Amino acid sequence: MRHIISLLMENEAGALSRVAGLFSARGYNIESLTVAPTEDATLSRMTIVTRGSDEVIEQINKQLNKLVDVVKLQDLSDGSHIERELMLVKVRAVGEGREEMKRMADIFRGRIIDVTEKSYTIELTGDGKKLTAFLEAIDPAAILETVRTGTSGIARGERILKI
Amino acid sequence: MADTELTGAEIVVRCLHAEGVKHVFGYPGGAVLNIYDEIYKQDGFQHILVRHEQAAVHAADAYSRATGQVGVALVTSGPGATNAVTGIATAYMDSIPLVVITGQVPTAAIGMDAFQEVDTIGITRPCVKHNFLVKDVRELAETMKKAFYIAATGRPGPVVVDIPKDVTQNTCAFAYPESVSMRSYNPTSKGHTGQIKKAAQMLLEAKRPMLYVGGGAVLGNGAEPVRALARKLGFPVASTLMGLGAFPEPDPQNLGMLGMHGTYEANMAMQHCDVLLAIGARFDDRVIGNPKHFGKEARRIIHIDVDPSSISKRVRVDVPIVGAVDQVLDDILTQISGTPDTPELKAWWAQIELWRAQDCLKFDRTSPIIKPQAVVEALYKVTGGNAFVTSDVGQHQMWAAQYYKFNAPRRWINSGGLGTMGFGLPAAMGVAMAYPDAPVVCITGEGSIQMNIQELSTCKEHKLPIKVILLNNGVLGMVRQWQEFFYEERYSESYVTSLPDFTMLAEAYGHVGMKIERPEDVEPALIKAFTEHKDQLVFMNFITDPRENVYPMIPAGKGLSEMILI
Repeated sequence: MRHIISLLMENEAGALSRVAGLFSARGYNIESLTVAPTEDATLSRMTIVTRGSDEVIEQINKQLNKLVDVVKLQDLSDGSHIERELMLVKVRAVGEGREEMKRMADIFRGRIIDVTEKSYTIELTGDGKKLTAFLEAIDPAAILETVRTGTSGIARGERILKI
Repeated sequence: MADTELTGAEIVVRCLHAEGVKHVFGYPGGAVLNIYDEIYKQDGFQHILVRHEQAAVHAADAYSRATGQVGVALVTSGPGATNAVTGIATAYMDSIPLVVITGQVPTAAIGMDAFQEVDTIGITRPCVKHNFLVKDVRELAETMKKAFYIAATGRPGPVVVDIPKDVTQNTCAFAYPESVSMRSYNPTSKGHTGQIKKAAQMLLEAKRPMLYVGGGAVLGNGAEPVRALARKLGFPVASTLMGLGAFPEPDPQNLGMLGMHGTYEANMAMQHCDVLLAIGARFDDRVIGNPKHFGKEARRIIHIDVDPSSISKRVRVDVPIVGAVDQVLDDILTQISGTPDTPELKAWWAQIELWRAQDCLKFDRTSPIIKPQAVVEALYKVTGGNAFVTSDVGQHQMWAAQYYKFNAPRRWINSGGLGTMGFGLPAAMGVAMAYPDAPVVCITGEGSIQMNIQELSTCKEHKLPIKVILLNNGVLGMVRQWQEFFYEERYSESYVTSLPDFTMLAEAYGHVGMKIERPEDVEPALIKAFTEHKDQLVFMNFITDPRENVYPMIPAGKGLSEMILI
């Protein structure tokens, strides 16, 4: 099962490598990992997307909690939640394809944020599936470059992750 | 107190004083010269100069295992730190509280591939409970406080404090924090009341109960409540390699060691019990073998552990209790009023006695060649079961565990998790420093002893009267045993040629050397070592049967009831 684990950790040098090291040392898989400081500069918030059986996910949660730098942890997949990812795609945009590309960006509620005679750079937000769907919807030969941030997530409603 | 400014090096020493440290095991070098200069000027603790950094960490580790105090080691940057890694990993696997101080190149040189620079924090990260790089002298005292606190609390473990040389030179006001609180680290000690009640009930309802005692019972000072609970309930007790001594081994309720080389009765009882109380143990591969095979028999499991991640890791449990072993056991004890003296329990004991009658630890007592088991038995007899016994890793370790009947916790000191050859002699040094008047024995093999034999020099310097019991069979015994059983007797690189003359070697280091070749000489030689040479290190080279194997044995990947018996 796919799980999204959010955690708050001390914003200290090396904290990220402790988490990354834990996953590689114990053979857990990481689909994506994002991290940035929170409104409280002493804390970083990390979102990890991982997959595993219930037993493995239970161990991942326990092992993460055991890291001395981890302050609090929440498995977003335990309740309803929202996940978003940002993607920037640079595409070839020439001739007939140029108009078509604009249309596709609109359909996916993307924004064109950089324009040259031959290319567009499109900004797209959504869950991972939507971003992948966009890439599949356009002509693969037109894709020059893509960059994705990995998933960030937050629980719906009253459920919050805060100390 | 905070009026005058101290250098970082002075602060390190003052912190160690404030923690009540009496012994520091270490080796100097460029990056820690400032600290060593302060050590020279103080007499709050004794520094023991080892001959290799690995030995410093093993000695500090064993010091901790024997005393329950946090062990302290001090090494320099680069190779000093990398040499210490095996020791740190050994302590990590067995949850031993250590503070290892490593020197580092000056902050400005970090990342410049400076002389003796290594990323100590990066290298040690997977084998420490936590580590710190101290970049500012003003953070030094608080970091030291945290290091001791983290090492000793919760599930204990080694903590590395990496200190760049300029930080030991810079100055600031010093005040050692009296307490420390960390929002990210709050280990649980008290078990959940509801779970404790449930556990007590389950124990009282058991028909075929069993107590499974691990290293956590020793480290968590659980020996007293384990004994109290076992006696109140009249249940059988078995220990892991790391739990030996938590329950007195000569006691009839004791079934001995569990696992790959555990006793027949302990493993059979573990497999066939209906209620299992696991105390500070982790169902690891060397204990239960194949978890699928273990799961074939239905049983309910209560698991007490201070580390939540040890619970339901390899085996699902029914009543998990996270908390300090001693507190939780005390709480369970208050819930148990009567003694369950049921016919079912009597029948269970009758079954256990049948298993015990197998006499799985029997060996040939008429052999003209010295049997290694006989040496350990004689040692047990001569020391009255009261010695501290350290060991290296291999067959001799298993024979030590099987035949020396420990009656107290913290007496049996070995590298269980990592299985580090070379652990035994430096470990014996750590114990001998902690208990100068106690008998300290290192049971070893001719393979293991040569992995840290240079420490005979340290032993001489500090006049440590360790008795080295070398079970010399001329082969890397455990490797050879596996090759015999599982590799059709292809003895690849397991035969040790060109062994030194250990008697001369011991004498060259200034110790007493003995070579014992006949079974009838074993006991007299041991008596001589512990009387005539009581105050000396005696290196006893017992020439033992190279074909002897450790039995019983559960082959890797097999189940508890699939033992190979002699």
